[in-house]
Amino acid sequence: MLNYLLRRLAYGVLILIGVNLLTFALFFTVNTPDDMARLNIGGKRVTQEQIDKWKAERGYDKPLYWAAKETGTAKLTRTVLWERSVSLFALDFGRSDSARSLDISHEVKTRMGVSLQLAVPLFVLQLIVSIGFALLLVFFRHSRIDFWGVVVCVLMLSISSLFYIIVGQFFFSRTLRLVPISGYAGGLDAVKFLILPVFLSLLSRLGTEARLYRAMFLEEIGRDYVRTARAKGLAEHVVLFRHVLRNALIPIITSAGSYLPYVFLGSLVFESFFGIPGLGAFVIEAISGQDFAIVRSMVFLGSLLYVLSYILIDVAYTWVDPRVRLA
Amino acid sequence: MGFKLVVLWTDGVIFAVLAAVLWYAWRVQRSPNLRATWYKVLRDAPALCAAVVFIVFSVITVLDSVHFRRALPQAPGTPGTRTFYSIRTDSLLDVALIRLIRSRESTYSEPLATHAFIKQTMDVGGEVRRDYPRLQFGGAHLKDPAAEWAGDVLRRMLGGLLGGLLAAGIVTVMVAKARARGQGLAASLAEIARNRTEVPLRAALLTVTALCVVAGPAIALMAHYHVFGTDSTGNDVFYQALKSIRTAFVIGTLSTVATLPLAVVLGIMAGYFKGWIDELIQYLYTVLSSIPNVLLIAACVLMVQVAMDQHPEYFETGTERADVRLALLCVILGITGWASLARLLRGETLKLRELEYVQAANAFGVSAWRVMARHIFPNVVHLVLITTVLDFSALVLYEAVLSYVGVGVDPSMNSFGGMINLARNEMSGDPIVWWSFAAAFGFMVTLVLAANLLADGVRDAFDPRSRVFRPRLVLPKPTAKKT
Repeated sequence: MLNYLLRRLAYGVLILIGVNLLTFALFFTVNTPDDMARLNIGGKRVTQEQIDKWKAERGYDKPLYWAAKETGTAKLTRTVLWERSVSLFALDFGRSDSARSLDISHEVKTRMGVSLQLAVPLFVLQLIVSIGFALLLVFFRHSRIDFWGVVVCVLMLSISSLFYIIVGQFFFSRTLRLVPISGYAGGLDAVKFLILPVFLSLLSRLGTEARLYRAMFLEEIGRDYVRTARAKGLAEHVVLFRHVLRNALIPIITSAGSYLPYVFLGSLVFESFFGIPGLGAFVIEAISGQDFAIVRSMVFLGSLLYVLSYILIDVAYTWVDPRVRLA
Repeated sequence: MGFKLVVLWTDGVIFAVLAAVLWYAWRVQRSPNLRATWYKVLRDAPALCAAVVFIVFSVITVLDSVHFRRALPQAPGTPGTRTFYSIRTDSLLDVALIRLIRSRESTYSEPLATHAFIKQTMDVGGEVRRDYPRLQFGGAHLKDPAAEWAGDVLRRMLGGLLGGLLAAGIVTVMVAKARARGQGLAASLAEIARNRTEVPLRAALLTVTALCVVAGPAIALMAHYHVFGTDSTGNDVFYQALKSIRTAFVIGTLSTVATLPLAVVLGIMAGYFKGWIDELIQYLYTVLSSIPNVLLIAACVLMVQVAMDQHPEYFETGTERADVRLALLCVILGITGWASLARLLRGETLKLRELEYVQAANAFGVSAWRVMARHIFPNVVHLVLITTVLDFSALVLYEAVLSYVGVGVDPSMNSFGGMINLARNEMSGDPIVWWSFAAAFGFMVTLVLAANLLADGVRDAFDPRSRVFRPRLVLPKPTAKKT
């Protein structure tokens, strides 16, 4: 197992190197540091001195890929690519490109906590509610409840999450005045602000997930062991919870696990709509402000989390299914 | 007056896709196997109804994809015979809806309103008053709106309703006549009414009727009122919603079309060659899929945007510019989104390459490329088809999110994402402006729902492994006799 994990980690590093090269090429080749300087300094007349100063301040004044003037390994190391990559792998994200020059690492640390406050309850509730709803439909399979349940699921998954947010904010915050429309506060007050986004996000994904899980359960329910369990005289709910649910856990983990990176990165749309200062909102601000340093760091962080969560999913397989051996 | 036909990038691709669909239909017609499978799709009532709706939307898209620029009248006294063309690019849909474009008010107005939504300071007979001004176009034919409005709207609605029902009736009779073959028209109609037909025609015709009933009054009212009101700059919302259909369609189809070359070629290659080629291709798509999707797309779009801003000379008109941006967005969605299909095709190819017929082809010395093109590709086409239809609805929904993030289509282009984005502020303002939001919601849900239902039908018919877990209302008959 340890061997396997180490191998996966090594492959993960390889992938991160690929991601880094890709984003670097994307950001620096199309858009040279000179262009970025012009964009960030703003104004119509930007002198070359200003540009050079801006580049020197942020360490963009070296050659991009290959320093022909240097000697030995310095040809490779005294470049923007090398310096940026090494600092990224050390999780030092540096400062943002914009005039405010934020410390990205510090921002990530403080904002990730906020994102987690929204995403962890959401992740857990999402699993419980979707699985519960799917089990309900399976329990009443081939009946009216099942039929209309699936119809509702298909309707719900055809509606954009933006509609849920706008209607939800309108209904719960404006009309009923139950919770504030948007904003955030630390401590226990956060509940008041987080409850609506959690609920709406739950609702917006329920259709997709419940339908998916229902299919997974129905796949299992046709198996021989289920017939055996019924033949033993077990009650239907025992069959569902003890046998079907447990066996369907593997595909459920696969599909739920793909959300894991977003648990840490936060939801782009929900955070910015509800004014929650998490990582998702941070990314949106960076995109609209064209702050490439932040976007680059977040791409790296996102793929790091992706790699880690896939290792975590593999480990989770061994927990739920003793037959799985990681080798 | 002359005009110049303009083929925008996305127009070209839409017509190419249309040609491909027609070619595929011809192939289906000739192959008994494919015909049987598609017949299975048609026998599924939700899928057939969805197909009807989908076709209506496609017709609007195609109409909206024939673009041209009108020639400007020669200014008197100018030498030379060179004709200049208007910078406005119109489509056939614009020509049909010319009244909606011309009837631009000054600001917000409610659906079917005769007066503006916001009070304005007016000069009434020398006296300055604040009141709701009359709309320039909405209900302009009424002399006394307060008294005539309800009657006029009701009359037009009923007229439209009757027209719609008439159209639906004509379609029904035509369908019944077409399938009558030998028996009388009445018998054929009766069979449809009792749902005794092979293909669920009753459901399809009910869908047609529903569409006509909705469209009839809308068309009848649209000439003299703003059916969905007007937005902040006074443009007709109904027109915007109709124009957004094309954008949604382009995103939904073009992006998957853009994924196909990479996904099909690389996926099949990885599965067929195995070894280091497989490793390399797997590495490529793992790298791509490990980057959070929105971020990767945002990064690419930002780059493209910067490049486009630096070269304004590439584009003759604003429409062309917006169109190139839309096309590039689709290409970006394609390049970033090929991983899942490639993974699927790789797995399937790994299985197929061990089968006897591929082994036989190998033994005969058929080259690797030929085996892949002639023997493997035709056997994975069903997966490509299923993915294409399944992705459509997801992409349409995705466009809204991307537009919200600010990396979607050009703001000057009508799109559901743009409408929702504006509606966000309107819905939180006071008094609320709900019609733009409602129109976007209605059109988008209809389109996405139709796409989803159609995709389900296609998947059930084409995927041999997918088990039908479709809930049925028909309860299994009690089997008391056997015991």
